Amino acid sequence: MASPAPKSPEQSEKSKKYDRQLRLWGDHGQMLLENAKVCLINATALGTEILKSLVLPGIGAFTIVDGEKVSEEDIGSNFFLDSDSVGMSRAQVTTNSLLELNLDVRGDCIDETPEHVLSHTQNFFNNFDLVIGTALPEKVLILLSKHLWEANVPLIVCRSIGFLGYIRLQVKEHTVIEAHPDSENPDLRLTNPWPELKEHLDKVDISKLDSKERSHVPALNILYYFIKKFQEENDGAQPVSRNDKNRIREMIKNSVEYDENGIQILEENFEEAIHFVNTCLSSQTIPKQLKTLLEDDACTNLTQNSSPFWIMCAALREMIQSDETIPVKGSIPDMASDSESYIALQQIYHRKALAQAENVYRRACQIVRNLGLPQDTVSEQEVKLFCKHSSELHIMRGSCIADEYEKNSPDLSSYLEDPDSLMFYYVILRGLERFIGEFNTYPGQFDDQVEPDVLKLKIIIGKLLSEWGCTQVLRDERVHEVCRYGGAELHSISAILGGAAAHEAIKLITHQYKPLNNTFIYDAITSNSATYTL
Amino acid sequence: MGDCQDSGQKRWDHLRKVLERPGPFCHPDFEPSSDILDFIMTACKVLVVGAGGLGCEVLKNLVLMGFKQIHIIDMDTVELSNLNRQFLFRRKDIGCSKAEVAADFINKRVSGCHVTPHFRMIQDYDDLFYREFHIVVCGLDSIVARRWVNGMLVSLLNYEDGVLDQTSVIPMVDGGTEGFKGNARVILPGMSACVECTLDLYPPQITYPLCTIANTPRLPEHCIEYVKVVQWPKENPFRTLLDGDEPQHVSWIYEKSLERAAQFNIPGVTYRLVQGVVKNIIPAVASTNAVIAGICATEVFKIATSCCVPLNNYLVFNDVDGIYTYTYEAEKKENCLVCSLIPQTITVKDPTKMKLKEIYTLLTDSAQYRMKRPGLTTNINGKSKTLYLTALRCLEEKTRPNLSKTLEELGLSDGSEILVVDDTSPNTMIIRLKYLSGDVEMN
Ligand SMILES: [Zn+2]
Repeated sequence: MASPAPKSPEQSEKSKKYDRQLRLWGDHGQMLLENAKVCLINATALGTEILKSLVLPGIGAFTIVDGEKVSEEDIGSNFFLDSDSVGMSRAQVTTNSLLELNLDVRGDCIDETPEHVLSHTQNFFNNFDLVIGTALPEKVLILLSKHLWEANVPLIVCRSIGFLGYIRLQVKEHTVIEAHPDSENPDLRLTNPWPELKEHLDKVDISKLDSKERSHVPALNILYYFIKKFQEENDGAQPVSRNDKNRIREMIKNSVEYDENGIQILEENFEEAIHFVNTCLSSQTIPKQLKTLLEDDACTNLTQNSSPFWIMCAALREMIQSDETIPVKGSIPDMASDSESYIALQQIYHRKALAQAENVYRRACQIVRNLGLPQDTVSEQEVKLFCKHSSELHIMRGSCIADEYEKNSPDLSSYLEDPDSLMFYYVILRGLERFIGEFNTYPGQFDDQVEPDVLKLKIIIGKLLSEWGCTQVLRDERVHEVCRYGGAELHSISAILGGAAAHEAIKLITHQYKPLNNTFIYDAITSNSATYTL
Repeated sequence: MGDCQDSGQKRWDHLRKVLERPGPFCHPDFEPSSDILDFIMTACKVLVVGAGGLGCEVLKNLVLMGFKQIHIIDMDTVELSNLNRQFLFRRKDIGCSKAEVAADFINKRVSGCHVTPHFRMIQDYDDLFYREFHIVVCGLDSIVARRWVNGMLVSLLNYEDGVLDQTSVIPMVDGGTEGFKGNARVILPGMSACVECTLDLYPPQITYPLCTIANTPRLPEHCIEYVKVVQWPKENPFRTLLDGDEPQHVSWIYEKSLERAAQFNIPGVTYRLVQGVVKNIIPAVASTNAVIAGICATEVFKIATSCCVPLNNYLVFNDVDGIYTYTYEAEKKENCLVCSLIPQTITVKDPTKMKLKEIYTLLTDSAQYRMKRPGLTTNINGKSKTLYLTALRCLEEKTRPNLSKTLEELGLSDGSEILVVDDTSPNTMIIRLKYLSGDVEMN
């Protein structure tokens, strides 16, 4: 029998169940998710769709706050209710059905309105890592937004009405180490290699290789060799301009000999070297985004309350000040090469990255000590990850939703110049909220009131626009369309928004991927969307 | 309770508002009426192809958008790794038919709907089955299966004197996801771009050249691929084909890959990576599936009710960085292999030199055809002649020598028609040979 005794790691149930998502946010992302507690206010169809996409991937715990009783209309749009549940507590029934989705998730509910909870249990919402609200009345929204802004708890507000959707993120400060950009340039440092790399690369003289060696030499060596040639030609100047780059490409191309038919055959590694010219010869200065981050007050004025992210930033800043270079990523792209040469290069980059991360870690530990914080505030693992992604670190500072309503009237004029702008739907939704506050029904909720409600809503929106100093006029048809909905919540639209909002929640919890900044409008009539920063 | 009564229930008030009231953005054909809800509840038959991450979501969305006459087809069974997103399945369902469990769950949760499951392959049914439906929604992870359904729906089209009979058009709504990216599209077969028209939108699978994995491995993937394609067949450790769902098999690959990686000092072979390479795993998460399935169901609703103009015709979604969508009109390809009426031709420079193998490779490798393992036959003097068949091993072996024969040796001539069958289509495709020399003589 050829079968060996299995010595593979035993896979846990969880890692099997979550396999498809662990490939996206990793075990460390999953751990943050499993430790997170979220609160959903109002278990509408949209609300439960959001929770569904958080319960399935294994959020730690959820709490539903909802004072409503299940109505017949709810049954028609909310999958987590069945016809037997009419009249029962909506919070209770949806909590039970959602818990069935994943036995690893805990959940409970409060059968009270958010107003009641806000006024009776001070700081109830402060215990959550995130609060999500749907179908919130304007008054409650403003109260909640202020409260959570003060408490530094992120808030996601969503609305689904007819074919329209709205998602708004409120977060004071959000930092991301792993942004997972769709494409990123390799970080090769060929124009100013550190001593070990330089010594290694200097060993290869492309012009002296025999044809077999030529076909196996990594593109990195080829590119480095011709950068040096370029510098010899140009009194040591670095290749910067497009012309410089073209010149290097040309040099690589011309180094290839002609075959018996007079055709230049570029081998794969030489082609790769030409290809790398564009992406690998970026200037060596510190990326602007990182510079801003390192000069941020939060980085330069650390306190005991500073987050590990800012402590690591400060340590990185020190390291950059002393070494005048940012940490290398420590990985190289695949390229045609024999195994040995490739692995040798790979190890040089990897070693450098480790040494730099260690340097940053040492500095971070010192900072932690100076601040009088516990020694485990920052882990070596975290610092390694931080250094590896130092060129893509991201910070988002949001705004308080209540300010849109009370303080800074939003400056929308520039958006509203375009009559097709989806910003008009934001305006309409604001009008809709005010309408509900004034008349206690949705515009168009009753069949015989559609036309009168169109007029009322138009007046409200007109007032809003003039309060904001906007002179643009809203197209009547859009107001008609919203009144046609009469507050209808279409399940498939809530499903779309639910998925998108849940993913924003996952981004906020895992600190991976860049979140929405900060307002998203979805128009399912035309299947278009837009993002605005309010 | 009867269905007709059901559409009058308060429960459906949400839908009735958009179906029984006029609106400025409706399709020009839209006439608000209570008949529309009756139609989608009692008459409109929808087929959901695939009961996985997208299929489960689409099914739920459709029943809550009023559809009741739904069929769902999938030959897969529930696995543990489905449970992070395929929300109609529970631990106890592992090993059961996805289509059956999904249908059962929905029928119990949403009273009054009739979801019919088919624990079958899509190829098990013929045109009579597919013709039954008003709309087909696909939530598949396989491009081949998508192409097959697309081919089937195109083959159902009727043309009279070259004019398309619009009543024979069955719209196809298709969704796909990968990680935090997805797409959704509406195809009106014969009228708008079909799957084949836009084949280049689906990237070909990553493959590693054999010489790299055998001689110059650099990445952990190279080591794993080597063990999978070279070592496994050679050592045949379990005397059976490699099964990515069999933990013992994956363990074997993992251990051998570790050995090979150690030999070349290659870091990074992990069990998770081995599984990913062996099973060609595509990362998947509940939220993206929810978005794309929601968009697909919304389009089905628009098509069935005319309450809005449907998507024209392709939408791209990505929420890696913020939330991004983009819609555009994918264009119909004038000489599409499947949906154009233009016969396909292959130009032949020299029939005394061109071998059948070249035609075969063109069909499998060119971006235009990307077939899996086409079978080729022809007619010579009214008699059917087998050129190359792949369906059965004995036939493949018998006809393989033909691949190295020239077109002339095989008796093919200018204008000869080659009949092609392939997994990517339910239909036989006809490809006509066009000899360049023949052209010259005619001129
Ligand atoms: Zn086509």
